[in-house]
Amino acid sequence: MEAKTLFDKIWDSHVVKEVEGGPSVIYIDRHFIHEVTSPVAFLGLEKRGAKVLRPEKTVATPDHNVPTIDQHLSIKDELSRNQVEMLKKNCAKHGIVYHGLGTEGHGVVHIIGPEMGITQPGMTIVCGDSHTSTHGAFGAIAFGIGTSEVEMVLASQCIMQPKPKKMLISVNGKLNKGVTAKDIALYVIAQISTSGGTGHFVEFAGSAIESLTMEGRMTLCNMSIECGARGGMIAPDQTTFDYVKGREFAPKGEAWDKTLAYWKTLKSDADAVFDTVYEFDAANIEPMITFGTNPGMGIGISKNVPTSAGLIGNDKLTYEKSLKYMGYTEGDKMVGKQIDYVFVGSCTNGRIEDFRAFAQFVKGKKKADNVTAWIVPGSRAVEKQIIAEGLVEILNEAGFELRQPGCSACLAMNDDKIPEGKYSVSTSNRNFEGRQGPGARTLLASPLTAAAAAVTGKITDPREFL
Amino acid sequence: MAYDKFTTLTSSAVPLPIENIDTDQIIPARFLKAVERKGFGDNLFRDWRYDKSNQPIADFPLNQAKYSGEILVGGKNFGSGSSREHAAWAIYDYGFRVVVSSFFADIFQGNALNNGILPVVVSPEFLEKIFAAIGADNNAQFEVDLQNQKFTIKATGESADFTINPYKKHCLTHGLDDIDYLISMKEEIAAFEK
Repeated sequence: MEAKTLFDKIWDSHVVKEVEGGPSVIYIDRHFIHEVTSPVAFLGLEKRGAKVLRPEKTVATPDHNVPTIDQHLSIKDELSRNQVEMLKKNCAKHGIVYHGLGTEGHGVVHIIGPEMGITQPGMTIVCGDSHTSTHGAFGAIAFGIGTSEVEMVLASQCIMQPKPKKMLISVNGKLNKGVTAKDIALYVIAQISTSGGTGHFVEFAGSAIESLTMEGRMTLCNMSIECGARGGMIAPDQTTFDYVKGREFAPKGEAWDKTLAYWKTLKSDADAVFDTVYEFDAANIEPMITFGTNPGMGIGISKNVPTSAGLIGNDKLTYEKSLKYMGYTEGDKMVGKQIDYVFVGSCTNGRIEDFRAFAQFVKGKKKADNVTAWIVPGSRAVEKQIIAEGLVEILNEAGFELRQPGCSACLAMNDDKIPEGKYSVSTSNRNFEGRQGPGARTLLASPLTAAAAAVTGKITDPREFL
Repeated sequence: MAYDKFTTLTSSAVPLPIENIDTDQIIPARFLKAVERKGFGDNLFRDWRYDKSNQPIADFPLNQAKYSGEILVGGKNFGSGSSREHAAWAIYDYGFRVVVSSFFADIFQGNALNNGILPVVVSPEFLEKIFAAIGADNNAQFEVDLQNQKFTIKATGESADFTINPYKKHCLTHGLDDIDYLISMKEEIAAFEK
């Protein structure tokens, strides 16, 4: 039998039809929707007179537009409120489960799926959001889609996709002190660039990856889209099974045993062939921070802003435009630069482990006076756990307040925007121009590096405190 | 979503020689709050096109009268970032039918094809020739021939072949989309579920 990758095994078992000279028709097991990329899909469905084929396989929650304080009040911004209400209405009309603002199941769509056990190994999972790649952490094929494709899934539970190439990224060895899954992600993207993964689906492997918790694996797979890949995945193992077991929608009893036996077959065959292979040594990774306007512009925090030497033409112009936007100069030292905001949250780093790391770091210290900090849980469940574990007291003691769940300052679509010209150390996923607000300057980093910046008021190597 | 059929197009082009143009630049998130698909062209490249007081930024190519046409030419890795189809809607709504680059991000490329926009991938060298042709004559004409998968610089006669999935080519040529096709597969899908 032909050796297969993990990706091949899942993909091949979901092909409904190969279209002559075209993409494959792929069956979708789980579909997540949110308020921004779904309304036009529902509108299209209605224009065709079609209905939702399998409403039980779609789950909805509003996250991009929601405020992160006073969620019991009506959303102030009219357009945001309208979009959220439209989602609620569409779900009611088509029989789709909707986790509304303020309810127990509410949160960022990529946080609640895994939390509830909806996300499972071996599944195909899509959502009209590029960070759907997060779910690949469970050994699932998960990727972001456009609104036309949302409509396809609603109408047919299928999507048409060309089969991507396969890439293996191995990270072996023991992670250095202060290095987290976020640093691995930023390191890999800096190495292969924001387009290095284009046309590929990535499998992450190696001892450093295996050592990660599920939270860490989700952070890494979440960022796989930032190297241009369709998605990233990690073969399920005992860490995965332990995480899924007992969750609300996980298989139970006999069904669990049967499913588990299948999940254990989900790994790449030893002699499977990948189109592209990268290997990295964990020893080379230090806490990372970005200095430019795409996630590939990251460096070890102890390094200086790289020079443009060697760049020519549009490469050089693009690089200079980026540094100008950031207000940085080639050769600048990153450590010691003044910052204004700290944002901890998002589908990248909005899980319990991230807040534990942040709280543990700031315990007994004080927030710097020049810093405004937004600490935003990824879901109600995360929020409740933060409270249950006593982390809120630690945060409050150190001068931080906990907000309510949502996408928050990740994308400047709700009230949480970074003002023009201000620097924000953010645990989110994108540092594009204006991503966190018009003129805002984003420095992507891990929750530990964010914590170090929050207490010192400047870019600080978290290892100084560990 | 229905769109106009695409066969051949001869037009001048608007140059945007910037790399890694991401979807947050094509259409910033704060303009994604509509629940209908209309009017996105007004906010195409919003923060590069207009300043804080909503005045056009003079040196941005879309604001320069000397550039026009239905072809947008961007630097490599065009459309990276978010999956927002609003980026494709904004480009189409503004009036572009073709985007040329040496490299497209996957999700954007799919969204473009699903909305009647033809993404044309050319070599980095040919891309430079296109920029040079526009530089030499702002009104330089280009021919995009979908049937023969050829992009031609009219002034010099130089042309480049481009690839497109045969199924997607059929859809673009006939103004069809995938959704009707999938709905027609109802029985096959039901059989697969068993």
